[in-house]
Amino acid sequence: MAMLHTVNKSPFESNSFETCLGLAKSGSTVLLFEDGVYAATAGTSAADAISNANGITFAVLGPDAQARGIDGKLADGIKVVDYDGFVDLVAESDQVQAWL
Amino acid sequence: MSKKFMYLNRKAPYGTVYALESLEVVLIGAAFEQDVSLAFIGDGVYQLTKGQNTDGIGMKNFSPTYSALGDYDVNKIYVEKESLEERGLTLDDLQHLVWEDEDEDWAEKDSIRLVSRAELADVLDDQDVVLSF
Repeated sequence: MAMLHTVNKSPFESNSFETCLGLAKSGSTVLLFEDGVYAATAGTSAADAISNANGITFAVLGPDAQARGIDGKLADGIKVVDYDGFVDLVAESDQVQAWL
Repeated sequence: MSKKFMYLNRKAPYGTVYALESLEVVLIGAAFEQDVSLAFIGDGVYQLTKGQNTDGIGMKNFSPTYSALGDYDVNKIYVEKESLEERGLTLDDLQHLVWEDEDEDWAEKDSIRLVSRAELADVLDDQDVVLSF
């Protein structure tokens, strides 16, 4: 079953991202938005965790990364989506798990 | 007699309203001619990143306002080194904030002071009032 996980909190401020990674299965997608986008910044322990998570697709909401000035610093292998892309991910998934 | 006021900023911009509220209070407080300093620690360092563009999220980009602080004699901006490093950032990723020193023929000087956690602890200890955001 294709599951979409969404994370909107900074990995430094809350354990939502860490908990999400612990429970996300191979074949699922993790979308980072709002302050969650900071997890996708190269050079952080969160980005290391992303590169070690095999079989999980990671996406970042572009407008949120741009707002925070980190769009040029995203770690490799992370897909950037816009709001329409967010909707597509939801539509393609059987279930959405929001890690608040 | 003027007191030492520190505004301690610990939150990322946009996700919550703390960063914007802090900036508003700093600008209001600057009118009272106190000895004001700002500290950015933890996710607070994200407030100062350069290249912020909020066109896509429908929120006001308040980051250009930080560059006006120098004109309000707010020129002691402490950024904690460890917080930057944890986030994969360096000073180059932050805005270059400056102020003009009236006593030295308006020479332009850096406002940001990169300090270690231990150094910041001493700065904090030296304040009369700390306002936390």
